[in-house]
Amino acid sequence: MQIYLPIAEVSVNAFLLLGLGGLVGILSGMFGVGGGFLITPLLFFVGIPPAVAVATSANQIVASSFSGVLAHFQRKTVDLKMGTVTLCGGLVGAALGVFAFNYLKSIGQVDLMVRLCYVLFLGIVGALMFVESLNALRRTRKAATSGRPTPTKRNKHNWVHALPFKMRFRTSGLYISVIPPLLVGLTVGVLAAVMGVGGGFIMVPAMIYILGMPTKVVIGTSLFQIIFVAAFTTMLHATTNYTVDVVLALLLLIGGVIGAQFGTQIGLRMKAEQLRVLLALLVLLVCFKLALDLLIEPHELYSLTPLEPR
Amino acid sequence: MRFLLLILLILPIGAAAESVVLGLSRDRINITANFDGSEILVFGAVKREVPISDEEPLEVIVTVAGPSTPVVVRRKDKRYGIWVNNAAVEVDAAPSFYAVATSGPLEDVLLRVEDLRHKITTTRAIRSVGAPDNIRDSSKFTDALIRVRQQNGLYQLLEGVVSFDQQTLFNTSIRLPANLTEGGYTTRIFLTRGGAVVSDYEATIFVGKVGLERWLYALSRAQPMVYGIMSITIAVLAGWGASAAFRLLRHS
Repeated sequence: MQIYLPIAEVSVNAFLLLGLGGLVGILSGMFGVGGGFLITPLLFFVGIPPAVAVATSANQIVASSFSGVLAHFQRKTVDLKMGTVTLCGGLVGAALGVFAFNYLKSIGQVDLMVRLCYVLFLGIVGALMFVESLNALRRTRKAATSGRPTPTKRNKHNWVHALPFKMRFRTSGLYISVIPPLLVGLTVGVLAAVMGVGGGFIMVPAMIYILGMPTKVVIGTSLFQIIFVAAFTTMLHATTNYTVDVVLALLLLIGGVIGAQFGTQIGLRMKAEQLRVLLALLVLLVCFKLALDLLIEPHELYSLTPLEPR
Repeated sequence: MRFLLLILLILPIGAAAESVVLGLSRDRINITANFDGSEILVFGAVKREVPISDEEPLEVIVTVAGPSTPVVVRRKDKRYGIWVNNAAVEVDAAPSFYAVATSGPLEDVLLRVEDLRHKITTTRAIRSVGAPDNIRDSSKFTDALIRVRQQNGLYQLLEGVVSFDQQTLFNTSIRLPANLTEGGYTTRIFLTRGGAVVSDYEATIFVGKVGLERWLYALSRAQPMVYGIMSITIAVLAGWGASAAFRLLRHS
């Protein structure tokens, strides 16, 4: 069934969009990522104009994250206090990010910068997570065969614990300074706005490795924070570029919210280390694909950008 | 304006012994939610004040042009090992859609000078004043524009598809793709003899969104704030709805 999208101004198969939404929804629920880094390239692939794809996926992320966070609220795996602190940084960061985005646009290389950002951050995050989670898997396996539990070294005492303005985050079982969460939120906010994503794929590892939060709490908290950053981004795109396609978003999010519920169920049945290996592989796969596009000579060297009639 | 139109309508009849009487299957194309491209049927007849001449046969060329906009054409080059946009040429005006349908091979039915005058072929329909000085091969950019749009079905060259009966009745159909730009689509008919245009006629088809599509589009431009809030509200409600539905399913 073909459907005409009023803002994107293209006709696309409705079931294809529902399927895409569903697939990304499952991953989003499993890993606590908004899925923006997956859905945006997928939308390019089905022929949605890039500007519309970026803006609309922000809107879709609101829905899948909201659905996901409700599931986590029931299990009390959301650290509201930590979420609010990172969100404060995130909103400031998103505003700065939009500023940076408009600057890049004015010098004319925004596509390239966004792509390079993707490759760089997906590559770093994916590689670090992959190595770390493989080590963790090996440790638990060794512990299982030798029959004695190895102490997990969370709450390692590093520079994060030496900073002032300490606050108690009961759900995460942490007593740390508010500065690192604020900075993490800020950085993710900037990147989220520049790259047109929720930023979960950076937020989740940052919460685990920098803030030292337990994995189960991280997913819910990250989703909680992403809702607001994505909603903010949606508003900015809708009011400045008019590129949010509500029909496209609706189709994606119908698939997405259902997928997210299944994803959350799958995620709760899996071991944290296994989840992390899978997420790392997924992130590396997307990174690899984007890097290839930059390195291999494109089939069509020329690209068209229609301007508004004068 | 009306006066000008009147002149345009009278002119071909006064100037030539053979002129075009045109019919279009529709003068408006509505883009609805399930719009998947459209087909327009162009048909007409040759009105004569003189008997059919025995010299070279009459030929028909039909063109359909969408609204023109400036287009920036960018070319990628390899820099530091990766492919990046480098040179750019702004084409001053290129139609968003352009189809040329003829009753015979284009080089037989149209002389170069006539093409220059009436801007009939795709290359002529694109207006490009000039490229920046540092770009020598600017024609490659216009070629690329045509190639890319041809691949998307936006530029079509349909040689020999116009059926032309008894040198009098002609008809052809032109397929419009789903990714149409809104606006007026100018349909032109040229009668040629020995490659020279003996008569031409012009009509406009309007392509526009209707119903919900129109409403959403208008809202997004006129009230972007309201539109944005509406989008977010829909997203949150959908998220909540799915969560609630699943909870019910699990408890029952």
